[in-house]
Amino acid sequence: MSVSPAVPSTHASQPNRGWYKRNEIAITPWLFLLPAMIFFAVYVIVPIGQSFWISFHEWDGLGEKAWVGTANYERLLGIGDQNMDRKFTVSFWNNLKWLVLYLLAIPAGLFIALFLNQTVTGIRFYKSMFFFPFVISQVVVGLVFSWFYLPREGLLNAVLAIFGAGPVNILGDPTLATYGIIAAGLWPQTAYCMILYLTGLNAVDPEQVEAARLDGAKGHKMLWYVILPQLKPATFIAFVVTIIGALRSFDLISVMTNGGPFGSTRVLSFYMFEESLSEFGFRMGYGAAIAVVLFFLMLGFITYFLYSMYRDEKGAH
Amino acid sequence: MFPTPLEKTSRQWQISYQVLLPIMLIIWLLPLIAVANFSIKPESDFVNGNYWGIPSSFDAFSNYGKVFFESNMPRYLLNSLFITIPTVIGAVALSCMAGFALGIYKFRSNLLIFFIFIAGNFVPFQILMVPVRDLTVNMNLYDTKTGLVLFHIAFQTGFCTLFMRNFIRALPFPLIEAARVEGIAEWKIFLYVVLPLMKPALAALAVLIFTFIWNDYFWAVVLTQGPTAQPVTAGITEFNSQFRAAYHLMSAGSIVAALPPVAMFFLMQKHFIAGLTLGAVK
Repeated sequence: MSVSPAVPSTHASQPNRGWYKRNEIAITPWLFLLPAMIFFAVYVIVPIGQSFWISFHEWDGLGEKAWVGTANYERLLGIGDQNMDRKFTVSFWNNLKWLVLYLLAIPAGLFIALFLNQTVTGIRFYKSMFFFPFVISQVVVGLVFSWFYLPREGLLNAVLAIFGAGPVNILGDPTLATYGIIAAGLWPQTAYCMILYLTGLNAVDPEQVEAARLDGAKGHKMLWYVILPQLKPATFIAFVVTIIGALRSFDLISVMTNGGPFGSTRVLSFYMFEESLSEFGFRMGYGAAIAVVLFFLMLGFITYFLYSMYRDEKGAH
Repeated sequence: MFPTPLEKTSRQWQISYQVLLPIMLIIWLLPLIAVANFSIKPESDFVNGNYWGIPSSFDAFSNYGKVFFESNMPRYLLNSLFITIPTVIGAVALSCMAGFALGIYKFRSNLLIFFIFIAGNFVPFQILMVPVRDLTVNMNLYDTKTGLVLFHIAFQTGFCTLFMRNFIRALPFPLIEAARVEGIAEWKIFLYVVLPLMKPALAALAVLIFTFIWNDYFWAVVLTQGPTAQPVTAGITEFNSQFRAAYHLMSAGSIVAALPPVAMFFLMQKHFIAGLTLGAVK
């Protein structure tokens, strides 16, 4: 059954419109996308491919690239008759420490959010003050914590002395230094997770909470069975940003220990930088190979994140 | 509301909560308080071993004065500004357009392009480092603010497009259909219908990108090397070697370096948090 539209179609009344006009709906999105796509392709997509390519070469960044096949990877992973690159092993294990310990930001953030989710006077001020370490640059956070850890001038040892402990030289001790840096990183990261959870808690359905209360649920049972399921989107984002943040850790290490003492605080991202732009000469090929390994480490997580987002996207339509 | 509102709890807990709040805050900000305390002390306090006590005299003016008048700090701050502002404008402009295209139009590769933008945003910087540095050197933009700005715009476009597209998706679509029925050109729909509705998203993104770029360190050390182009995050290392072991000056310097994004956050708190927590609630 065909009914003519109430509004006369403008398309039919202009038979001689230009090619652009006729295809406007199809072309416009591409015109709007073009600048962003060019920028993104030139600076992000193509370089990923180039890094793979460079990782099969020996290159000082200036002269000709010399093809070496998989030699860089063999040296890195110790394939054949050589040992695994010791610096790489240290970096890799430190990366794992970062990944695991950095996730503590999520429960810590949730804890602070629960503590602050009240409506007393001045609570807005407290929320902002708890959050604002996140806004400070990692370089300054690194400096602040390295002064906090100073064996003589640092406040940490002064506090420890009150409890009769210490003094410790955290950043000078190869077994402690990495943990000291991770603690510094946890500070802003916890603030970030806190704000995610505060927003999430704000949107928790009050009727469900009341209903659960009438059923006698309270305390951790309420938290686990009623509140946390509703905080799932916040937890997902907290998880994404924390994982990405852990694997990107570079600024803090560079500022606080510069990889030391005795190379004990290196992570892959730092080691890669060191190899590529070190004072001992630019080993871009080897650096690129480390970056590729880091990329694959991250790819697992990226795939999972994208898959979850894709599922939501499909569910929304 | 969870946890139980304070009004409905016991009197003891109400009082202990009010006492706990400031104590927790002080513990939370302890490292920062120590540095702020450092920055207003006179040098003699460090010689006498008065590290964490009350300053023997209030020397904030002379310490911060030195930062502004006897170092390269103002230069670095200006560099940061000249890197951050164009990046904010560029990234927001590009992603507005891309977000419009991906949020409004249905075409086959829509979701694929959208996911490429998101994926690129998660990639470790290091895999881009060597090629981007090479590209910047070849364009004669190494150690210039422009080189840094171009890269930042490109990289931030990923996150911004994700943000803008989701925001535009949530706008009432009948509005756009109505405009189309009126025969309004598509680019005019973008300019006069969609863009005015995006003001909150624009504000939120602008403050977020400002903070991210101001705080960037990695690309600053990869793409620049001297006081002509380096932003303050990288310049602070030079500042610290100038005043080696002068903790009162180094801490004043880092407070100055950290301040602009902090000020931005406190001024634009609502937008900042709205931007950061986008997607935390469904």
